[in-house]
Amino acid sequence: MTKTEENKQGILNINLRTKTLIITGIALLILISVFVSNYFIDHTAVLTSNFYNVNQPPSFEHWFGTDWMGRDMFMRTLLGLGISIGVGAFASIISTIVAILLGVFSSVNTVVDEIVTAVIDLFGSIPHILLIILVSLAFGGGYYGVVMAVGLTHWTPLARILRAEIKKINTSEYIKLSNEFGKSKMWIARKHIFPLIISQIIVGVILMFPHAIMHEASISFLGFGLPAHEPAIGIILSESMKYLSMGYWWLAFYPGLSLLFLVLLFDLIGENVHKLLDPQSAQE
Amino acid sequence: MDVLKVENVNFNYGSHKILTNLNFSMENNQVIGLFGDSGSGKSTFCKVLTGFIKEYEGTVTINGEVPQGGFNPIQLIYQHPEKVMNPRWKMRDVLEESWMPDDNLLDEFGIKREWFNRYPSELSGGELQRFSILRALNPNTKFIIADEISTMLDAVTQAQIWDSLLKLARKNNVGVLVVSHDKKLLNRICDSIVYLSDITE
Repeated sequence: MTKTEENKQGILNINLRTKTLIITGIALLILISVFVSNYFIDHTAVLTSNFYNVNQPPSFEHWFGTDWMGRDMFMRTLLGLGISIGVGAFASIISTIVAILLGVFSSVNTVVDEIVTAVIDLFGSIPHILLIILVSLAFGGGYYGVVMAVGLTHWTPLARILRAEIKKINTSEYIKLSNEFGKSKMWIARKHIFPLIISQIIVGVILMFPHAIMHEASISFLGFGLPAHEPAIGIILSESMKYLSMGYWWLAFYPGLSLLFLVLLFDLIGENVHKLLDPQSAQE
Repeated sequence: MDVLKVENVNFNYGSHKILTNLNFSMENNQVIGLFGDSGSGKSTFCKVLTGFIKEYEGTVTINGEVPQGGFNPIQLIYQHPEKVMNPRWKMRDVLEESWMPDDNLLDEFGIKREWFNRYPSELSGGELQRFSILRALNPNTKFIIADEISTMLDAVTQAQIWDSLLKLARKNNVGVLVVSHDKKLLNRICDSIVYLSDITE
């Protein structure tokens, strides 16, 4: 192999870790720029109707076309994605707190563990969408209602994982040995258990985002979520239903595609962060 | 002089009785071999001695006292060193969880300093076992229960490790209970050999 060939390979074959980092970085950059762009868009200017530009198909001037009130769909979609990320973030934080509390509680004793398992099963057995709608209505609807509803229903998988993980670590031989070395329970929790579950928590939070975002869009689409004046993706999609039969396909196509793209980005970040934090399990 | 005494110990896994009426005693200047068939309860006995199993009948005492909390003066060296090490800790932390031996001791056991920054999965079984032995040789340890600790090692390493372990144990007056089914090894290194079937009913 000549020297130039070697160099060429060196550029193409970056190692897996670097590749994963680059992919995660790019995905994160897109998400952050979508979220931050919300603060630089003049909401009133974008959301005011302009009847000279009604129902324009996609063009270079209006990338995603315009709707029946002449609003630029690209801007509306961007605002909608920003709202989605916001809801996802709040909901994930609430879910994670609930999951950590229950996961830790379950390790207290067998009775508490039984109760925690029963609560997890109870929440898991009710149809998701139904539960979200009920909780959202109970909290009075709107942005607050949606955040609480999505947050209080998405902790079950993470709580289950944390419970199992803590149980597994607690019964391991190195924890027993640590006891024999005279270490206190707090010391063991801080030094042994916490570092082992923190990666699960981080990955769990990131992978909760896509679920939260999808469910927010679903209940907004059904009319139980965000109020109709918000430019949420769910609202945009449900409005566009009325215009699809008239051939205005761009009203639903681009916002829907953007939402899918956003969700896939979160999934991608979650998978890659998982690989970075826990290389051994990624090989399994 | 410290005396480890085990009196009338009974233990069963569910309905399967494994240790019945076990009596045993040793002193801290002795190296005693424990011999028994596979499945006869050697490892269970070790776990009872070192507090890994707590739900048994009978008493395990040192100088007439049951070890209470804190650092357990009876330490177990395990057959599988990788199981008693947190997989996400570097070897320095693994060793420091018990104590930090001085350089002479590290050299004696052939531990290279560069291993300190590696994870347990990055060392071989023999290398891990050296850490595991040194960890058990904490200055507060009075008795060491060595449960098949050299089974995975080649003959040369086995000889080296036993040599260093016994030298240090004799020097610090640490009693060693060597559990093995390798009769030749027990004959070579132990003061006396006890059969598990003789000390149980």
